[in-house]
Formats: sequence, structure tokens, C-alpha cells
Amino acid sequence: MIADNPWLDGLVRMGIIALAMPLAVIILTYVERKISGRMQQRLGPMRVGPYGLFQGLADTIKLLTKEDLRPQTADRWTFELAPFVVVVPVFLAFVTLPFTADLFVRNLGLGLFFIIAVSGVSIVGFVMAGWGSDNKYALLGGARAAAQLISYEIPLVLAVVAVAMIAYTPEAGRGSLNLVEIVDGQGRVPFIVWQPLAFFIFLVAGLAELYRQPFDIPVAESEVVGGPFIEYSGIRWSMFQMAEFVSMVLISVLAALLFLGGWNWPLGNGAGIALQIPLILVKTSFFILLFIWLRFSLPRLRIDQMMQFCWQVLLPFALLQIIINGWVLVYGWPDWTLGVSSGALTLVAGYLTYRAARQAAEEPVSPRLHRVGSVL
Amino acid sequence: MIQDLFADYIAVLIAAILGILLVGGALMGNYILAPRQASRAKSLTYECGMLPIGRSRTQVHFRYYLFAILFLIFDIEAVFLFPWAVVFLDIGKAAFYEMLFFMLILGFGLLYAWKKGVLSWR
Repeated sequence: MIADNPWLDGLVRMGIIALAMPLAVIILTYVERKISGRMQQRLGPMRVGPYGLFQGLADTIKLLTKEDLRPQTADRWTFELAPFVVVVPVFLAFVTLPFTADLFVRNLGLGLFFIIAVSGVSIVGFVMAGWGSDNKYALLGGARAAAQLISYEIPLVLAVVAVAMIAYTPEAGRGSLNLVEIVDGQGRVPFIVWQPLAFFIFLVAGLAELYRQPFDIPVAESEVVGGPFIEYSGIRWSMFQMAEFVSMVLISVLAALLFLGGWNWPLGNGAGIALQIPLILVKTSFFILLFIWLRFSLPRLRIDQMMQFCWQVLLPFALLQIIINGWVLVYGWPDWTLGVSSGALTLVAGYLTYRAARQAAEEPVSPRLHRVGSVL
Repeated sequence: MIQDLFADYIAVLIAAILGILLVGGALMGNYILAPRQASRAKSLTYECGMLPIGRSRTQVHFRYYLFAILFLIFDIEAVFLFPWAVVFLDIGKAAFYEMLFFMLILGFGLLYAWKKGVLSWR
């Protein structure tokens, strides 16, 4: 506790997060633009400050002083409340996200469940933005966002449940939803070894929840010109951008905590905060860089491929992972059976995806002319 | 115990208020700093540079509705799974087989939807 009063303590801790959040977004935007520049054989931002370091600051000032437009026909309250509904849930998720064993705002007993429950609310914001804008592209993007985000939420949640099942604490045995306990339970071996399938599902579904390439179907520029955010300008638009980058941090930290052992592996729990913070920072940056790398390496999926992959590959395999975990734990089989079965299932899932992708590449789908008349 | 819980969820309340203030503050800063000059052309919706044709309150395709129903089913399953995942070992084998039965029923429903072509976005 920083202060004895829980109100003051919570205010100070959340205040630090509230200040760090826009800063992290500015830094990440710069990093992403620099990396994209290098990957496309150009320099990226170079003009503002040394190596363009102050580009993010300049962009913030520009966005802050830009005229805020609202279409006359837009639904006023839906349009104006949408940024709040998108940003606030992401912010709320940080209440219980631990960065090290002692560095968190609050260690909620049901932390993992809280994060999953709260971050799902953002979807409503995208639909509100799409509907409120009174724009055909926005409506289409909002509907797409709803379909994609709710579909990929299920494999994401099930992968998280699989991890919660095998989390081990000395006092209560297997099963925990507390993030600190989950991380402390993976002292010697991180959960990616026991649950490679859950890790794979979490990573893919997490990427889809961020609606970044190759899952940027709701906001695809060449299809729906920015999707739900098309009518937003200036700082109002940047709120959505902030939510996107902050959720990227959230998913990355969560992946590092759940599957790579967070601050615990490989140094152990007594390493001290001076080593634990760099460790979690490295693991988080690994996922963030992976997401940025994927963005500039993969083409966009088609919406039917994206939905089929979720419901026909990820969801059945996520259910299988939970059933197998339950089976192994109930009969008390040794831990390596978890890793071997999950690894084998990962290979099967990978093979099925590969085969489906090959088939799709060989047989071009004939255009269905009877659908031309439909807007959506 | 109750005091701890209270202290924990005060932070959630504070976070909600701070989040609203953060977005509201940014919008307020924009309101103070940005120029305002309304014109008819600016307040039209974007439609590739043409004048927008009609309103956009069109109907949404039926398949979105089907996926929403499927989502409801499996999300409720996930809600049941969360408490089960934490305590099923303490209850014993019966808890596992009951949940397996439940998941098989829902899995069968998924297979039915698959066979009917709901999952293939047509």
C-alpha cells in the first residue's frame, strides 16, 4: 500500500497508469512506424527531433488542435459516447494486471476473469461507433467488428480457462484465477511447455481481438476505408488508436504472464524487483514486436476464411484442450502427458490449417453474382 | 475480508472514473484548442467523395445474427467453465464427467451448425 487510505492508494496507482498509458501509446506508435519503415526499406519518421523521436509528440499536438467533426446525420449520443465505451474497459483491465509480484494496482482474487469480462465490453463501443456514424462503411465495419470480436473471444476465453485449470498453488492445489498465483505456479517450467496448444490459440485469438493485420477485416482500408472510425477525426479518433495500442500491451503482458512465466521464469521468485521488471519488459516486448512483425508480413484474411478458422479450427481445439487437461488432472497422470498431448494436438491443428490454406489457394471461389445487390 | 474486498473494488471504481476523465479531458482539450468552423460540406458523411446516397440505416445480413446466437451459447459455456476450472479437482471425478457431458452436448450442437453450413459464412 502506498497510502493507508484505500481511496487515495487506488487513486495514486491508477493515476500512474493513466499517465503511463498515453506515453506508452506515443512510444509504441513511433516504434511501429520505425519498424515498418525498416521492413519496407525506408527510414520511417526522421524529421522531428533526432531520428524522428518527437514525431509522436508532434502528432499528439496536431490531433489535439484538429477540428472535431461530427456528421449532421449522425446519432449524436451514440457517436460521442463510443470512444468512452471503447477506452474505459481497456483501462479497467489494468486494475488487476500485475507487472511483478509487488507491482500492481490491486491483486483481485478473480483477476483473470475480471480482465476477460471487462475487456469484452469494448465490442459494444465498436458497434456504437459503426451505428452512430450514419455511414455505410462504418456500419459495415461495425457489423464486421462485432462478428469478428465476439467469435474470437470464445477461443481466447477457453485458452485462458485451460491455463487456469493447471495453475498450481501449494495451498489450494490445482486451479486458480489469480494472476499472481498463476505466475508463481510456473517456477521452473513455463506453461507454454505444458500448454502449447492453448498458447497458439491464445496468440491467434489475441491478435484477432486486436483487429490488427492479418485480422484487420473490420478496419480494412481497401474494403471499408477505416471501418467504424471513418467519421471520427482529431483527438476523438486517436482515442480508438489509444485503445488499440493499450490492448496490444494488455494482450502481450497477459501472454507473458500466462505462458512465459511472467517475472518468475527463469530467475525464480526471489530475484528481486530490479531483475523482474526487465524480465517482464523483455517478454512483453517480444510479443509486441511479434504483432508488429506479423502486421507487415502477412496479407489480410478474407472474412469467410477468418470466421471458418475461428469456429472450425480454434474453437474445437480449445474445447479439446480443456477436456484433455481435465482428464489428465482428474486421473492424476504425470505432467509430461499434458505437454505431449497438447503438443500433438498443436501439430494436428497446424496441419489442418495448412491443408485448408493449400486447398483455398488451389481452388479459386467462383464469384456469387446473386449477392451483388446486398449492401452487407 | 469484506474490508479487503471493498478496498480492492474501490480501485475498480476509481479506474472507471479516471478512465472517463481521461477521455473526457482529451475531448475537452480538443474543444478548447481546436478551431470550429462548421459548414454544410464538412458535416456530410464520407462516401468516396460523392454526395451520400440515402441514410445508412440498412438491414444487416442474417448470418451476423446466427454467429451472435452461437456466441451466446459458447460464451455461457465459458462462464460455466470458469468456476468449474478452479474447483473440479476438489469435487472429484463426477464433476469432470458432468462437464464433459455438457461440453459434448454443446460440441454436438456445434457439429450440427457446421453440417448446416452456418459456420462457413455464406
